[in-house]
Amino acid sequence: MLRKTDQAPLVSLNNAGIRRNGRWLVRGVEFSISRGEIVTLIGPNGSGKSTTAKAAIGVLKPDEGWVEKIPGLKVGYVPQKLAIDWTLPLTVERLMTLTGPLKGREVEEALHSTGIAHLARAEVQHLSGGEFQRALLARAIARKPDLLVLDEPVQGVDFSGEIALYDLIKSIRNKTGCGILLISHDLHVVMAETDTVICLNGHVCCRGTPQVVSQSPEYLKLFGSRAAKTLAVYSHDHDHTHLPDGRVLHTDGSITEHCHPDDGHHHGEHAHGEHDHGAHDHVHGPDCGCGYKSRLQGFDTKESDRV
Amino acid sequence: MFDDFFTRALIAGIGLAITVGPLGCFVIWRRMAYFGDTMAHSALLGVALSLLFDLNLMLSVFIVAAAVSLLLLLLQKRGALSTDALLGILSHSALSIGLVMVAFMTWVRIDLVGFLFGDILAVSQADIDLVWGGGILVLAAIVYLWRPLLASTVNPELAEAEGLQPERARLYFMLLMALVIAIAMKIVGILLITSLLIIPAATARRLATSPEIMAVLASVIGVLAVTGGLFGSLHFDTPSGPSIVVAAMGLFVLSLLPFGRNRNVETAIHSTHGGHH
Repeated sequence: MLRKTDQAPLVSLNNAGIRRNGRWLVRGVEFSISRGEIVTLIGPNGSGKSTTAKAAIGVLKPDEGWVEKIPGLKVGYVPQKLAIDWTLPLTVERLMTLTGPLKGREVEEALHSTGIAHLARAEVQHLSGGEFQRALLARAIARKPDLLVLDEPVQGVDFSGEIALYDLIKSIRNKTGCGILLISHDLHVVMAETDTVICLNGHVCCRGTPQVVSQSPEYLKLFGSRAAKTLAVYSHDHDHTHLPDGRVLHTDGSITEHCHPDDGHHHGEHAHGEHDHGAHDHVHGPDCGCGYKSRLQGFDTKESDRV
Repeated sequence: MFDDFFTRALIAGIGLAITVGPLGCFVIWRRMAYFGDTMAHSALLGVALSLLFDLNLMLSVFIVAAAVSLLLLLLQKRGALSTDALLGILSHSALSIGLVMVAFMTWVRIDLVGFLFGDILAVSQADIDLVWGGGILVLAAIVYLWRPLLASTVNPELAEAEGLQPERARLYFMLLMALVIAIAMKIVGILLITSLLIIPAATARRLATSPEIMAVLASVIGVLAVTGGLFGSLHFDTPSGPSIVVAAMGLFVLSLLPFGRNRNVETAIHSTHGGHH
């Protein structure tokens, strides 16, 4: 495995915040991605995962804090949504060289490794959701990026396809040693190879390493032995819950207007994460996505109960 | 053979058709048909200003069209109204202000119909030079900007993430549109410029297998439409602009006849035309 963690991180976000229309989409985000490292962002819809990823690759400029990149960072990006107009005649092969020239061999290799070599001459509008995701992934890896940013790369892909794509992502990391920023559509199940999971909900709610599924017989039964090697479970460690009205419920049962780090309600700030709880003037959705909420409040959680 | 004026119109028209082909493809890929219309309509304001201040006609049309497109970008960022409402306001305001200004200038006599629908009689040697000079400039810029333009058409964030500059490409695209409108005005007329952009490109879609082929085909189809239209215009004594558009439409209808491969394209082309009046 190519791991050069001693080198400077490819990208690091330092207390980064993005504000739109007078509302903080995300705030106080701190993390970095090094070569060979896989960072997975999870969180409910609207929690700022895509926004954070866009800030990391420089598509969005942070309104506070800053983002550091190594000079000449080569990014491969798979956006969450990509609609190609019907009027644009674009084959999978042509899609590969959309943002930069490639050798024919490189295109072939990328298509082959994502398992869609037979679709090289197909028009992208004719692909199924899963095939299109593979084409986008092939396009991103064909340019041999330093940093691969994948925004929900397994959307529209069935369960076994998801396992196959995660295996592919793992092998890309092992082969090229690139850093990978992955956004997961699932709140609890992440790629087993993930080094760091970051749970977002307008700010970094918690972070940690996933629990490898294959070590637990329960999950082994649930996922099957092949999937269990690829998937992992992330158990959230939140010390507070964002209520629908924007107030904050702490684990000690008290409710405050904002979550300040120094109000005495937080447990082990250092273990919890390095983020700074500034004054959050944003309104959170009703579903923070953390286990605490459903246990404490009996709220309906929208995500599937796979775990 | 032909009268001089007709040869001049033909040379200018062919030059124009080659120029607008690739640009027209971007107009339909980016769903900017109505946007092009708005810029074209504002050309009449440019005509009025050129008469009022005694400026070069093409230069003032270019400046007004570019200014209107920048104004639209600014208004879009404020986000108070939807883009098509903004386009409707800008488009017809600019056209009307131009018409009102021309009406006030009682000391000038201009051929309004010629500006609105094109006038082959008006094409001079200087116009040919401008059409071909401007055309080569536009084509060179399109070739140079091809990759960032195409990538940002597919997805601007993807383009930016991977080191291209979609905002800059978009700005240059607007300026190229303004330039094309300025040089196309005399031949097809203000009201019909966008159709020369859109119809050949839409016709090319059914025959093309890649963006590059579509751009070249759009130029070829445009040349056929201009040639056919100008001969028709000469023969039936009709205004040149509408004659060219009718010829282009004829080619488009031909391309819809069921000997192509791809039926889905038809619905796509219809939906692209939805925003265009």
